[in-house]
Amino acid sequence: MAEKTVAANGQNQSFPNREGTRSQERYVTPPVDIYETARGLVVKADLPGVEKGNLDLQVENNLLTIRGKPTHTTAGEAIYREYELVNFFRQFELNEKVDQSKISAELKHGVLTLQLPKAEEAKPRKIQVRVE
Amino acid sequence: MAQWNPFEEMEMLRREVDKAFEGFGARQEPSRRGAFLPGSSPRRYPLVNLFEEQDKIYVEALTPGIDPESLNVDIVHNRLMLSGEKIRITSDVKPEAFHRSERASGKFVRTVELPVEIDEGGVRAEYKHGVLLVTLPKAEKAKPKQISVKVE
Repeated sequence: MAEKTVAANGQNQSFPNREGTRSQERYVTPPVDIYETARGLVVKADLPGVEKGNLDLQVENNLLTIRGKPTHTTAGEAIYREYELVNFFRQFELNEKVDQSKISAELKHGVLTLQLPKAEEAKPRKIQVRVE
Repeated sequence: MAQWNPFEEMEMLRREVDKAFEGFGARQEPSRRGAFLPGSSPRRYPLVNLFEEQDKIYVEALTPGIDPESLNVDIVHNRLMLSGEKIRITSDVKPEAFHRSERASGKFVRTVELPVEIDEGGVRAEYKHGVLLVTLPKAEKAKPKQISVKVE
């Protein structure tokens, strides 16, 4: 599963550059875990602050796009900052072994879990060997 | 968008420079650096933001994927201690089954020194969509007081 996120002049760093603050298109790439099970692939992405309604998942031309907009509601004036909640964006290229019609997603505690089941023909099949 | 604030901009630059040099010394003396820092990892986790209002302080921490039940918020004097555990993906996944492993996991402790005295009794913690928000009311004596000027 190849990564396809387009790095736009270093904007995918957690700390934005100055020019970056002027753009609406600022984003960070969320960290992901991808692992394989017998059924298919599982993708887990950390998207803190993203609600279900602000998460946009798309599969187009074998390209899986994760877009998340965190909601930020803390009142008051910032006196110390280690992070900024900017939009999340990441893309992955899917190969034909993934059954794209059966992808399912779950969002819980700021973690997105995607199940990418393997297409039928890609599943390992046990072949009985008959000895006569 | 927010107004352009040169001081904030400078502060950002300073932090960026700090960040660039962070870990510079660590490469030379890894064991020594690690030994002085809490926990098993010298990385700061979770990341926090502090906000201030007239009579409250808010501490916001990025804690995605942490069971709110396992999250502890302690206060000793004016130090806020956040601890918990981010559980690793189900252990039955073999290491060779991983294509990518970027999400941190494990136990963590983070202490945040608060800038003012707070009223320990009124502290509230809320976990929402992977973000922890701790609301800390300021102690009575730390609240700003308006003194009216009398003109005679």
